[in-house]
Amino acid sequence: MKLTLKIWRQKSAQTAGAFVSYPVEANEHMSFLEMLDVLNESLVEKREEPVAFDHDCREGICGTCDLVINGRPHGPLPGTTTCQLHMRHFKDGETITIEPYRAKAFPVVKDLVVDRSAFDRVIQAGGFISVNTGQAPDGNAIPIEKDIAAQSFDAAACIGCGACVAACPNGSAMLFTSAKVSHLALLPQGKVEHNRRVINMVHQMDKEGFGFCSNIKACEVECPKEISTVNIARMNREYYSAMIGSTEK
Amino acid sequence: MKLDAKIPAGSLEDKWRKYRSTMNLVAPNNKRRIEIIVVGTGLAGASAAASLGELGYHVKAFTFHDSPRRAHSIAAQGGINAAKNYQNDGDSVYRLFYDTIKGGDYRSREANVYRLAEVSADIIDQCVAQGVPFAREYGGLLENRSFGGVQVSRTFYARGQTGQQLLIGAYQALSRQVSLGTVELYNRHEMLDLVVMDGKARGIIARNLLTGKLERHAAHAVILATGGYGNVYYLSTNAMNCNVTAAWRAVHRGALMANPCFTQIHPTCIPVSGSYQSKLTLMSESLRNDGRVWVPKNTADVEAIREGKRSPVDIKEEDRDYYLERRYPAFGNLVPRDVASRAAKQVCDDGFGVNRSGLAVYLDFASAIERYGKSQAHQQGLDTNDQALVRQLGEKVVEQKYGNLFEMYEKITGTNPYKSPMMIYPAVHYTMGGLWVDYNLETNIPGLFALGECNFSDHGANRLGASALMQGLADGYFVIPYTIGQFLSGEIRTPSIKTDAPEFAAAEKATRERLEKLMSIGGSRSVESFHRELGKIMWDYCGMSRNAEGLKTAREKIQALRKEYWQDVFVPGSMDDFNPELEKAARVADFMELGEMMILDALDRNESCGGHFREEYQTPEGEALRDDKNYAYVSVWDWNGEGEPQLHKEELKFENVELKTRSYK
Ligand SMILES: Cc1cc2nc3c(=O)[nH]c(=O)nc-3n(C[C@H](O)[C@H](O)[C@H](O)COP(=O)(O)OP(=O)(O)OC[C@H]3O[C@@H](n4cnc5c(N)ncnc54)[C@H](O)[C@@H]3O)c2cc1C
Ligand code: SF4
Ligand code: FES
Repeated sequence: MKLTLKIWRQKSAQTAGAFVSYPVEANEHMSFLEMLDVLNESLVEKREEPVAFDHDCREGICGTCDLVINGRPHGPLPGTTTCQLHMRHFKDGETITIEPYRAKAFPVVKDLVVDRSAFDRVIQAGGFISVNTGQAPDGNAIPIEKDIAAQSFDAAACIGCGACVAACPNGSAMLFTSAKVSHLALLPQGKVEHNRRVINMVHQMDKEGFGFCSNIKACEVECPKEISTVNIARMNREYYSAMIGSTEK
Repeated sequence: MKLDAKIPAGSLEDKWRKYRSTMNLVAPNNKRRIEIIVVGTGLAGASAAASLGELGYHVKAFTFHDSPRRAHSIAAQGGINAAKNYQNDGDSVYRLFYDTIKGGDYRSREANVYRLAEVSADIIDQCVAQGVPFAREYGGLLENRSFGGVQVSRTFYARGQTGQQLLIGAYQALSRQVSLGTVELYNRHEMLDLVVMDGKARGIIARNLLTGKLERHAAHAVILATGGYGNVYYLSTNAMNCNVTAAWRAVHRGALMANPCFTQIHPTCIPVSGSYQSKLTLMSESLRNDGRVWVPKNTADVEAIREGKRSPVDIKEEDRDYYLERRYPAFGNLVPRDVASRAAKQVCDDGFGVNRSGLAVYLDFASAIERYGKSQAHQQGLDTNDQALVRQLGEKVVEQKYGNLFEMYEKITGTNPYKSPMMIYPAVHYTMGGLWVDYNLETNIPGLFALGECNFSDHGANRLGASALMQGLADGYFVIPYTIGQFLSGEIRTPSIKTDAPEFAAAEKATRERLEKLMSIGGSRSVESFHRELGKIMWDYCGMSRNAEGLKTAREKIQALRKEYWQDVFVPGSMDDFNPELEKAARVADFMELGEMMILDALDRNESCGGHFREEYQTPEGEALRDDKNYAYVSVWDWNGEGEPQLHKEELKFENVELKTRSYK
């Protein structure tokens, strides 16, 4: 299949970017990133700089890949990361637009690569259970209801890709943050410090420049792991009840 | 050279416990002054950095990823072993130890493996406490499943995303230490050299990947937890950016590599589909709990299938060869990986491969779907003879167990594995070889430690499923926090190391010159094209089966390729900028040297054991033929700069298990 790619090229955060068009020949068995590999190899052959994009596992689990394809983070398929998207979902002759995430808290590094370390700092603010190595009781000491464990898992499945932020017109990180809050708060081990956790994580989120949530729910639609906005509701509840009981300002 | 594994005295059961309680300690006030560099924040590195931070050391953690949560460990699917015996099926520390030694085809150290089995139970406790949502039974207790090469259920899992959940646990523990200020995190920083001062590892040269700037970082000790080197084969199940550079740079500074040729080829991966392919995808071993492996018995059926004229579901039971069940009745589909991979290769070599290229076999869930469906129907008081209903119920159970794997398979191949069997073929997956370490996980360079997949320590010639996660976390949470004290207790008077020392300047200069050289060649070929060619040489001659003649040819080819690389590679962009092509170029250069060492190692080992199958050494039935008399040693290689690599041997002593022919029949 013959395609035209309209790709955002930007040398660095300090310089302005622009779309550049490239023709590329692909076949429908290729993954989207393999198609970009083909383009890049042809660019290298022509002694041009290849398009920089982030990727690693190519199995939909590491959360590194992060393209906005035809206006949608991770492209058109529901529940699918860019690396798991295959070319059979595109048509011969199509023009495909590829750009980086655009969000204040994720500055562009180069071309399609952005800096998502703000997410790490949100986790560092409280996305953990305070237990030192060696302090743990037996794994079966506290039984956990299968359904509760499953709900916690559903939230823990977040891969930290940032598509939720990119999808949100406000650039909000509520889905990501609430997934972590839910993962831990649902478990007996995580309940202990959940007030502190939710307050600190929400405050860090604001500090990083992520926007507010106005219930648009685009995040849920674009999330490759289908994390539910129920988590946002849960986090809001947790946050307000924690703030009422909190002595922190 | 004398290689001292520093194995403590005493009986197997007591070694670790006694050693741990008599080890040298570092007092809390001294810990605060002591700096440790941890390179790598996968399971091994993140768990180590977090635990050392908790102890009060000052830790600097490095990863080339944009976040610790992206490490390759995230992709592990199937599970993690632990000798908990929660299932009451006869498991014990000894049995896990024995299975691992046997599974490794008697090429690992007894003492290390026993310690691994011993601390395995603590890992599960620790992970549960961190909030890892392991699979649970209705009663709320932890659930287990079986993996290849064992007859008990000791594998803990979190759906098909065990690695993800364990890594997130370790990442969160690490993040906590970052917030407490004990760990400084350097993401998008790649270690490009090791700095050795007065014979001790004292720091690294790292490249800030965003700015291209070379940085010097000093510490009292350096830990490498930088993962495996399966990508030397170009195509593997490893993440795209996995590489050997950190370990290999240490090798250039005198560290030794052990058993480099021991590579694990995983039997259940999605077959190669085209020349543009960038990586291979694993279908977790856990699938062999319920999937049955087969090929058609008749070549006519094979032909028809390849031409698309017949579908596998139309092949009658009696016309199928469930070759693993036939050849290995005791373990059936759950034989260890090396055995399963070789068997798949054999049937395909014999012309029974079921895809166009002839390099695929079936992994079929129809029997499991029926079995689960019947049991569900029975439990719910429904008609167990209603085939459509049974299928539906059965598919649901299978979906609960393996849903995400089935989904992944369908996304990649476009076929529905609930309706038609999966096609699978072996692929490079894991490297048992790695930096040589002693019982303290210290390399031959004092103060340089290696953890996780980047060391060679526990898996011998073949790793059992669900044991890499166990080893990575054992090393990081429960071994290094103790054993590093043996070295650091001698360093409490060492002032903090200065980066203006001449050794740092020299290492930085060497790194800069190396990168400048790569940038300046300006040849005609892409890095990628060289990597692909290297991978093909490795796979063809040093892959699932090897022979002396082929290995000799391969060595010549690699030497020629390496020469060409340094004359004709083209690296675009600049050094002082974010440049993924340059990163790759430096990594491929190291793979080219490692590849040669792997070949030399495979050539030296005139026996077949585990993942190392030398065609000259096999039984009449085609099983691996070990030579314990001459080869019960760890091959320890010194790269030796421009000269010929030197082999040293660490003899393996077996005092607790009897060396037997590994039989899964
Ligand atoms: C698809 C797949 C499935 C698997 N499933 C299982 C399973 O079910 N059970 C099991 O037990 N095992 C499994 N394994 C094996 C297991 O996942 C790995 O062996 C293990 O996770 C390796 O962990 P690690 O911490 O040693 O290395 P990694 O997780 O690879 O981490 C390496 C770290 O080092 C960093 N790094 C490397 N080089 C440098 C450098 N030069 N400078 C800075 N940083 C560097 C990286 O950024 C990364 O943080 C699987 C492997 C694969 C490929
Ligand atoms: S919530 Fe979904 S979209 Fe957001 S980071 Fe997690 S996985 Fe990505
Ligand atoms: S590359 Fe890992 S999720 Fe896409």
